[in-house]
Amino acid sequence: MKLLIKNATIVDPACDVYAELDMAIEDGTISHIGAHIKEEAETVIDAKGKVLMPGLTDMHVHLREPGREDKETVATGTVAAIKGGVTALLAMPNTEPAIDTKEHVQLLKGIIGRSASAHVYMAGALTKGRQGKELADFAAMQEEGIIALTDDGSSVDDEGLMRSALRLARERGLLVICHCEEKTLANSGVVNLGLISTKLGLRGIPCEAEYKRVARDILLAEEAGCRIHIAHVSCEKSLEIIAKAKKRGVQVTAETAPHYFTLTEDAVSGYDTNKKMNPPLRSAQDKEAICQALRDGTIDVIASDHAPHTESEKEVEFDFAEFGVVGLETLLAVSITELLHTKVLSLPGLVRKLSCNPSAILGLCKASLKKGCQAELIIVDLHKEWQVTKRSLVSKSKNSAFLGRRLQGVVEYVILGDRVVHQARH
Amino acid sequence: MEWKRKDLLGLEELDKEEIELILTTAESFKEVSHRYIKKVPALRGKTVVNLFYEPSTRTRVSFEVAAKRLSADVINIAAETSSVKKGETLIDTGRNVEALKADIIVIRHNSSGSAHLLARNVGISVVNGGDGWHEHPTQALLDMFTLKEKLGRLKGLRVSIVGDIAHSRVARSNIWGLTKLGAEVIICAPPMLIPPRIEAMGVRITHDIDDALRDADAINVLRMQFERDERNAFPQQIDYFRHFGISTERLKKAKKNIIVMHPGPINRGIEMSSEVADSANSVILEQVTNGIAVRMAVLYLVSHAHDKINEATD
Repeated sequence: MKLLIKNATIVDPACDVYAELDMAIEDGTISHIGAHIKEEAETVIDAKGKVLMPGLTDMHVHLREPGREDKETVATGTVAAIKGGVTALLAMPNTEPAIDTKEHVQLLKGIIGRSASAHVYMAGALTKGRQGKELADFAAMQEEGIIALTDDGSSVDDEGLMRSALRLARERGLLVICHCEEKTLANSGVVNLGLISTKLGLRGIPCEAEYKRVARDILLAEEAGCRIHIAHVSCEKSLEIIAKAKKRGVQVTAETAPHYFTLTEDAVSGYDTNKKMNPPLRSAQDKEAICQALRDGTIDVIASDHAPHTESEKEVEFDFAEFGVVGLETLLAVSITELLHTKVLSLPGLVRKLSCNPSAILGLCKASLKKGCQAELIIVDLHKEWQVTKRSLVSKSKNSAFLGRRLQGVVEYVILGDRVVHQARH
Repeated sequence: MEWKRKDLLGLEELDKEEIELILTTAESFKEVSHRYIKKVPALRGKTVVNLFYEPSTRTRVSFEVAAKRLSADVINIAAETSSVKKGETLIDTGRNVEALKADIIVIRHNSSGSAHLLARNVGISVVNGGDGWHEHPTQALLDMFTLKEKLGRLKGLRVSIVGDIAHSRVARSNIWGLTKLGAEVIICAPPMLIPPRIEAMGVRITHDIDDALRDADAINVLRMQFERDERNAFPQQIDYFRHFGISTERLKKAKKNIIVMHPGPINRGIEMSSEVADSANSVILEQVTNGIAVRMAVLYLVSHAHDKINEATD
């Protein structure tokens, strides 16, 4: 089985390639990259004017299965992922039950084996039931295949417990992903504390709720010698703390999500619950700081924080609506529209944030288009426009913060091994 | 100028002309309450539903009286706040009311934005009777109506709002309305009760009650709700009166004819002394009377706009 892609703009930061070339894929493996490959192939794709890049690795995805299959399943979530160019993702463990024991990892692994159409990697919970009271059995979960630990959705408040968790994780070489939120400071807030909370009369979440916990987790990780990754950074102060830690050699990486570099708190006006997420949309200054941090490398990763919720959970009073938005299908297009076309990031820079860096942080040998590598790549039209509508989304839930927006960037092909698993309709 | 909105959700989204239209319409309705037969047929055959998720006597009664003086039928629903998990959702309740062929829902709800949510999901008119800490547009309109009646204008007036600004929908609606009509607004409260960046809404902040009273044409004193503030906002009720309460002595330093307003119900001895509440400066009961005219105007305007919109789409 042979596949030939002609005239593609190949972007492979791992090998420092950024040029118009051809690529041949044989039996699922990249066999040849070069100018004007003259080989016969069963399938030939002319990718003139389009970009061929490694598939995205989205390291922050809530697939909701097991337990909340009304919101999303591994099957529906991975179909959405593929459509968005995400070929690999890390499933968050805040399911029902939480992925906190050997048995629960096995359960999830079984579901993935049966129904995933993208590569799904698993994260295990730091604490049993994500209750922050007692550590989960890291070793047993690792044997079953988890590659990271997180209580995402909450932070481990107990500092002693967090200290132990980081030491144990280090021993096992596991990455700890930190959801940084200090609950007493968050004060049951639902939007950013500032002019928007004042205008709308809603309870506000101050930036301190995030950055104080970022600081704590960094200090504890530094002492423990554990690698940590700060999830969904939303504000400037957190970035200052992360940048300083990186400078002094702490093994910390950071991620943000497209809504934090695209939208500000003003988007909540009118009480649109599809703009309600945790952490909340922040000020214009914070948004600018996020863009700057993407540029200067303080932020390593763009991840979707795909958080599907049903319409009946979102179409309620703002106070009662669930936090979170879907994002798998808009991750790439929003990044292209808001970062690439606005020259915040170069194309190789963007590919690093979406593919190379998350893959490296998770220790996956991916995101390279080197000869001999398993093909896991996407072909993207960077300029083709589309509008985000509920109908355009294949995810089971439609709670996108970008509904109604026109975006640029369409995933034309997704190739996994020797198969074209997705082809955009024309 | 024609009123075009099927709903009244807040004063933030209204422009100056729209607010003025409500106030002048209210002037023409005020006289109805002084007739021998206190009724006009303006909303005859219409049904107004008061959907109240929070206990409220004065606002509910005021809307009820207003609707009845317009000859509308009135139904009062005291509803339980529904969470996602139990009970009927707000949208379902709203759609049920709509299915009863009601024409206007007046909603009072403890969650900010609930009037907006309802208005987005029903075709009939929605009037915000107070949503959380967000807005209470008819209260601000009746405050402005009263001020205009007393002082002949709003432009250029200096109005101080004193009390728990952070948790007050009355404050927010007054700030939007008064600043749009050219009044100068000063807010006065202990720092913990002033929400962040409120100066961006066009007000001046002071923590000194004497400063707030100085040169003020009117003072709007909010009800202190100690039960509402969970933590550490203000230590003691008695302290509050000492620092922020309106007493006769304090009032002596203000303009002689300063107008004293209060949305009610008053905590006598906490935010103002009994003496002040009953003084010649106080217009608290006139506010109640004017509330009827203002709410008649609002019900009338939204109902007609709704009918017009429907005719246009038929």
